[in-house]
Amino acid sequence: MSEGFISRGFRRRHQQGDESGRIPPGQYLERGFPVLSAGPTPHTPLASWDFSLLGKVDQPKRWSWDEFRALPREKVTKDIHCVTKWSKLDTHWEGVSLDTLLAQVTYNASYVVAFSDGGYTTNLPLDEVMEGQAWVVDTYEEKPLEPQHGGPARLLVPHLYFWKSAKWVRGLRLVEKDEPGFWESLGYHNHGDPWKEERYWGD
Amino acid sequence: MENKLDGNAAAGTLQEIFAFEMTLAQVTCVGCGDTSVIGATAVYIHGMGTVVRCPFCDTVLIRVARTKGRNFLDMRGVRVLQISAEA
Amino acid sequence: MGRLSWQLGEVVTTRAETARTKSITLAVPTWMGHQAGQHVDVRLTAEDGYQAERSYSIASPPEEAPHVTLTVERLDDGEVSPYLVDELHVGDKLELRGPIGGYFVWEARLGGPLLLVAGGSGIVPLMAMLRHRAATSSTVATRLLYSSRSFEDVIYRDELDHLKSSSTMLEVVHTLTRVQPPGWTGYHRRVDSEMLKEVAWPVDQHALAYVCGPTPFVETVAASLVSLGYDPGRIKTERFGPTGEV
Repeated sequence: MSEGFISRGFRRRHQQGDESGRIPPGQYLERGFPVLSAGPTPHTPLASWDFSLLGKVDQPKRWSWDEFRALPREKVTKDIHCVTKWSKLDTHWEGVSLDTLLAQVTYNASYVVAFSDGGYTTNLPLDEVMEGQAWVVDTYEEKPLEPQHGGPARLLVPHLYFWKSAKWVRGLRLVEKDEPGFWESLGYHNHGDPWKEERYWGD
Repeated sequence: MENKLDGNAAAGTLQEIFAFEMTLAQVTCVGCGDTSVIGATAVYIHGMGTVVRCPFCDTVLIRVARTKGRNFLDMRGVRVLQISAEA
Repeated sequence: MGRLSWQLGEVVTTRAETARTKSITLAVPTWMGHQAGQHVDVRLTAEDGYQAERSYSIASPPEEAPHVTLTVERLDDGEVSPYLVDELHVGDKLELRGPIGGYFVWEARLGGPLLLVAGGSGIVPLMAMLRHRAATSSTVATRLLYSSRSFEDVIYRDELDHLKSSSTMLEVVHTLTRVQPPGWTGYHRRVDSEMLKEVAWPVDQHALAYVCGPTPFVETVAASLVSLGYDPGRIKTERFGPTGEV
């Protein structure tokens, strides 16, 4: 931010960092769960919801809500880090590993573009959403994921800044060439590793 | 809870970029073809940026993010922008 | 006009309006004037460089420039409002830029009749309009419908009484949604279509409507006015965001 007139007696509200080493540089511990929205909250009825794998796949694969719910599921506990500087530790999710989903298709791609209801997109290297690094989750803290937090289902990729964990996710498009998504094309870092503080272009 | 605001919520951000008052400028949506004054659009101030949406069809008209002292502006959703020559 | 630049104002007076709301008057030597309804961005900088910015509607009319008054409601989990309401005092300096926003404005020459509907702190920009109306001795027929939680939460209460009794063609209607004082004969519920039907100008008057307050409040009121037959093009809204109920 630019220089400003120092306001007498003004202090930042949140203390940064912590000793446990679990809070990445520049982040502060948040006990709530802030809702950031770039548009109206979608309310897709479960009867019309589906999740698809498309693009550089031999055959596109689609799961309806019931089919998705019947897949092998996992419970995971993860720390999440938002580029707006809040971090939340030990969040509890339940859903389907992307490994389970990707195992059902034959593909030839290096990147994925996650797409959501409402038009949001985010891009990731394919090898960073495999091997236990990513899930499609529908349950948060033992309850169905609320629409304002991305329900019925969102992507969860906790090792990257939370904008990569696309809310209201409806599928992944597998691609050969990387395609910057909604924020990545607007000044935010293409990769987004919180431990390297990859927040913005040029970081 | 929705955090939909009115076009004037984006006024400061847009004036930073355009150097003049933008809320009276008119934008035609690439999605539905309707034209609105920016003041009457739906604005979402997400912590990462500002998103201006068509009040009729929710198509993203304008996106602005400010990172490292630079403003990033995407106006792909605007088919044409009309602004008074005396702005 | 041109690029917005940060200006420095000095606090000349502060005034508690309600238990949670304070008006802060700044002398801003570089102020270029403004219109009723516009807002400013306020920026606070801590010694370690940390900055926080928020927008506040201007409460004072253009006639008082280069004095600019902001009325700030203290949000418990806020970062900027507690500083402005609790800490800032006369003599302190505050960074601001503006005026901002050419859409949600009213000038006497725009005429009326005028319908102003305020929810809670949404009264602030509408008060600038009423003060401008008074300062220009305008006789534009005006009705204000103002929703507050209780009598003690009504911002500018005495001044509104005074404006009402000293101005022709101005009606002020309050609704107190949670608690009413003994003997209260006014509305005591949230603004709804029925209330608007009773208070708003008849459709054939082609009134200009300005609605300001928390987002759910604004949406309910705007939708009700449209269903009463108001032309959406003559309804201007300023949503403050999801905070609070009024």
